[in-house]
Amino acid sequence: MARITAGVTTSHVPAIGATIDHGRTAEPYWAPMFAGYDFSKRWMAEHTPDVVILVYNDHASAFSLDIVPTFAIGCAESFPPADEGWGPRPVPVVQGHPELAAHVAQSVIQQDFDLTFVYKMDVDHGLTVPLSLLFGQRDAWPCRVIPLAVNVVLYPPPSGRRCYALGKAIRRAVESFDEDLDVQIWGTGGMSHQLQGTRAGLINSAWDAAFIDRLIADPEGLSQVPHIEYVREAGSEGIELVMWLIMRGALADRVKTTHRFYHVAASNTAVGHLILENA
Amino acid sequence: MSLEKPYADVPGTTIFDADQARRGYHLNQFCMSLMKAENRARFKADERAYLDEWPMSEEQKQAMLARDYGRLIQLGGNIYFLAKVFSTDGQTYIQAVSTMTGMSVDEYRNMMMAGGRPIAGNRYVGEKK
Repeated sequence: MARITAGVTTSHVPAIGATIDHGRTAEPYWAPMFAGYDFSKRWMAEHTPDVVILVYNDHASAFSLDIVPTFAIGCAESFPPADEGWGPRPVPVVQGHPELAAHVAQSVIQQDFDLTFVYKMDVDHGLTVPLSLLFGQRDAWPCRVIPLAVNVVLYPPPSGRRCYALGKAIRRAVESFDEDLDVQIWGTGGMSHQLQGTRAGLINSAWDAAFIDRLIADPEGLSQVPHIEYVREAGSEGIELVMWLIMRGALADRVKTTHRFYHVAASNTAVGHLILENA
Repeated sequence: MSLEKPYADVPGTTIFDADQARRGYHLNQFCMSLMKAENRARFKADERAYLDEWPMSEEQKQAMLARDYGRLIQLGGNIYFLAKVFSTDGQTYIQAVSTMTGMSVDEYRNMMMAGGRPIAGNRYVGEKK
């Protein structure tokens, strides 16, 4: 039987990817942020899963304004890195797990979550930066990855409540897959940031800390927080944090915190990073 | 009934909702076209001619030529689409985003390194700092 063994959350700022790709992680501006991932890389080397279900948002790369799916699951054999305007990142092609992806899609659709099937998709920094942060620079990623893209660009994104419930449905789906697989679920994006208007640069560290506390100990309550609170308190792009609730929903009700890290700022964004394991 | 917008009183912020997406459809699709290297080359060679291939408003075209990102956001642009333009220009998010704030790039970067823009006074339009 497949099982979800751990959850990871991390921000996915594009400048982090560029810094890794250009070998500048030791620069004084960046070193403190990357230090927060040293433990995680060691832990991940010892706990490399067979598959990561990677919850992220597409940043107008695979999905233009022609089609904007609320939830989309990547069922392809592989997913090449996207050209976001400066050429594709020099990172490995992501290898999918089409059998598990198809099973998860079928299972959660039958649990009333209407995912969009995607059989051809380039993946942008939202997906590849977390892989670089946790696995470092590689010739090939050490596991399969199922992209789960969530619309958080065109308002409104799915509610926190919906995301949390989707996580629970994903857990049931994974546990009903026959093959013996170690599966992790990653939720990415956030934390507080705003990339537009005269309020750009907003950071709300107190709100971020409370969000993490509740994500760990009171996810049910946290899932009730309405969109407007994310926008007002964590910035127009901070609303990405609803994706962390999908990760949390897929874990057990009680979890242990294996790693917790927070740093301001990477580019325009507060970086938050967690490794959670079922208690 | 029009869209409910509980975010209308958040200062200095334009939420990219369905009204904005409709207003900015062609503007944002133009931005997407710059994900191809050959289109970037054509745009750089003659920006006005390339923009004229898209049914954008004249106001959107002028704002694009001026790289007035604050105005482009108001006219229906979204930052993740506009990123294709400033990436084509060789600019980072910090450089492009800072131009919307009335601060210099250095002032903005320093603010971010010092903890970012504080939330106090920035929750509601007209809120006292």
